[in-house]
Amino acid sequence: MNLRRLLAVWQARNLEFLRDRSTLVFNFVFPLALVVAFAVIFGGQARSVFKVGVIAPPGAALAADPHPFLGTRHVDFYAVAEAEMAEAIRGVERHQADLLVDLRKTPRYWVNADSPKGYLAEKLLLQAAPAAERQPVTGAAVRYVDWLLPGVLGMNMMFSCLFGVGYVVVRYRKSGFLRRLSATPLTALEFGAAQILSRLLLTVSVTALVYAALAALVHFRNDGSPLLLLLIAATGALAMISLGFMMAARFVSEELANGVINLASWPMMLLSGVWFSLEGAPAWLRAIAEALPLTQMLKAARAVMLDGAGIAEVAPQLGVLAGMAVLFLGIAAAGFRWRAA
Amino acid sequence: MEPVLEVQNLVKDYPGVRAVDGVSFAIVEGTCFGLLGPNGAGKTTTVEIMEGVTTATSGVALYRGAPLGVRFRAEAGIQFQKTALQDFLTVRETLVMFRRLYPRGRDVDELIRLCALEQVAARDNRKLSGGQLQRLLLAIALVNDPQVLFLDEPTTGLDPQARHNFWDLIRAIKAEGRTILLTTHYMEEAYFLCDVIAIMDRGRIIAEGPPSRLLKEHFDDVVLELPREDFPGEPAAFPLPVLLAGDRVEISTGDVEAALGALLERGVPLRHLRIRPRNLEDLFLELTGRELRT
Repeated sequence: MNLRRLLAVWQARNLEFLRDRSTLVFNFVFPLALVVAFAVIFGGQARSVFKVGVIAPPGAALAADPHPFLGTRHVDFYAVAEAEMAEAIRGVERHQADLLVDLRKTPRYWVNADSPKGYLAEKLLLQAAPAAERQPVTGAAVRYVDWLLPGVLGMNMMFSCLFGVGYVVVRYRKSGFLRRLSATPLTALEFGAAQILSRLLLTVSVTALVYAALAALVHFRNDGSPLLLLLIAATGALAMISLGFMMAARFVSEELANGVINLASWPMMLLSGVWFSLEGAPAWLRAIAEALPLTQMLKAARAVMLDGAGIAEVAPQLGVLAGMAVLFLGIAAAGFRWRAA
Repeated sequence: MEPVLEVQNLVKDYPGVRAVDGVSFAIVEGTCFGLLGPNGAGKTTTVEIMEGVTTATSGVALYRGAPLGVRFRAEAGIQFQKTALQDFLTVRETLVMFRRLYPRGRDVDELIRLCALEQVAARDNRKLSGGQLQRLLLAIALVNDPQVLFLDEPTTGLDPQARHNFWDLIRAIKAEGRTILLTTHYMEEAYFLCDVIAIMDRGRIIAEGPPSRLLKEHFDDVVLELPREDFPGEPAAFPLPVLLAGDRVEISTGDVEAALGALLERGVPLRHLRIRPRNLEDLFLELTGRELRT
C-alpha cells in the first residue's frame, strides 16, 4: 500500500465530486427533505393500536386460548422471548410498547405510569386478569421521530455508500479510465481505498451537517455523545462503502450494477430497522437482519441516542462493522477487474 | 544488441476468432517500430499483450529479456487507443494525479510545455479538441519519463494539421533516445516516423523491415496517377497495367518516358498527371491483394 498513490487518486476523486454541483447539492438536500418530511408526518403519536409484549416461548400461539386477555381486539400482541425481557421492559419505559405481560404462572405486567395508553391498556388487562401483579416503570416517551431519525439518516447513508462508490467504479471501468490506471503502478487495494475514503469523507460530512441542521430545525432526542455517534457513522459507512465497492469489483454494465446494488439495498431498507423494529419477527429473519451492516449501525446509533450508551456498550457493533469492512474490501481487491472486456 | 522489447510466437484467441496468430518480432533500443495494418489485423491485441494489459493465449512478451514486471511498469509509457479521463478535472490536475502514481518522472510543467498544452492547462478534460486530448494522453504516457513508449493509433481521427503537430512531438521524443512502438493504419505516418515496420494482416506479420528497404525489395517502378475522366477508353486497351482506384487511374511502370509517350500518343491531357514513388499502401495491396483502408 503506497500512501502517495492512494492520496493522488483520493484527491482527484474529491475534486471531481465537489465540482459536480448538481450531484453535490442533491446529496445534501435529499436526506434533509426526507427527515423533515417524516418529522411532519410522524410528529404526533406513534401507533393507533395498543401494543403489548407477551412473554412466551418462541412459536407459542398468542390467542384467547391460553389466556382470554390475548383475545382482546385492536391490540397488537407480540411474543417476547425470556432472554429479551430486559429489552422489552426498556420498550415500555420509552412508551414504545404500552404493556409487557407475563401470563404464565403468576400473572404480572409492566406498565409505564406516565403513559396514557399504558393506563388504558392496563385497564383492559385487569378486566381479564384481575390478580396480575403490577410492576411500574417510568421513563419519558420516545417519540417515533426520535426513533426514526437515526433510521432515516442511516438509510440515506446506505444509499449514498452503496451507489456512490459502486456507480463511479463501474463507470470508470466502462469508460476505460480504469484500464488506463491499470497501466500505472497503482494497485486495486490503493484504488479501492482511495474511492472508499473519498466517499467516506463525503457521507460522514453530509450526515453530520444534516444532523446539525435537524438539531436546529426540529427537536429530537440524543442522550449520548455526538462524537461517539460520529464514530459509529464513520465505521458503519466504511462497512457499507466497502460492500458497494465489492459489488462493483467486476461489473461493466451500469444497469447490472444498479440491479445488484438494489438487491442489497432493499433488504437493508426493510430489515435493518429503519422504519420499524423487528421485535416479534421470526428468528431466521432477525438472523438475516443481524448480518446487514445497516442493522449494526442503527443498533449502535439508537443505543447512544435513546439510551445514552457509551463506547463500551456499542463496541460489539463497532467491531462487527470494522470486520465487515475488512472482509468486503479484501474480497473486492482480490477479485478486482480493471478492464471492461 | 539485446532488444528492449520482444515477442515470441504470440497467439491470442478470442471466442471464435484467433486475433493474433504466431507473431514474433524484436525492437532495438532507441528505434521507432511501426505495427501497420488494417482495422482488425491484430495490432492492438499484440500491443496490449506487450503492454501487459492483456494476457496471451500462448507465447511470451519480454522487456529487456525478462517477463513484464515491476520494472516494466515503472519504465513503460502507454497511450491507449481510447482512454476516458476523469470528468471535472483540468489538464494540469489530471497530469498531477498521474505523475503522483510514479516515484520518478518528468516535471508536470515541463510536460505541459513539451506537449504544447500551455493554452489548455486549466481547461476541463471534457472540453479538449481531438488533437489536444491526444497530446494530453501523450503527456500522461510520458509522466514517468519512460524508456519505452507505446502509441496505439495516436493520430486516428485528427485533422492533417493536428496530425503533423503530433508527428513533430514524437520525433522530438525519439530524438531523446526513447524506444517507441507505434501502431497505425496511416502509411504516411509509419513512413515518416518509423525506422522499422511490420505489416500485420489477419493476425500475422506478412512483411518486416525498414520502410525504404521493403519498398525497394518489392517494387522497381513508379506510379503515374491521372484523374479518371482524363483517361479515355478501356484500361485493358493500354499497353501498360492500369489500375482503377476510385476517381483516379494508376499506371505502374519502370520506364516513365515510355509510359508518357504512350499517353501522349493517345492525346491524354497531362495537366493533372502526378508521378509518385511506390508507398506502403501499394505494398500492402501487393502483399494481400486488398486495399489497406477499407
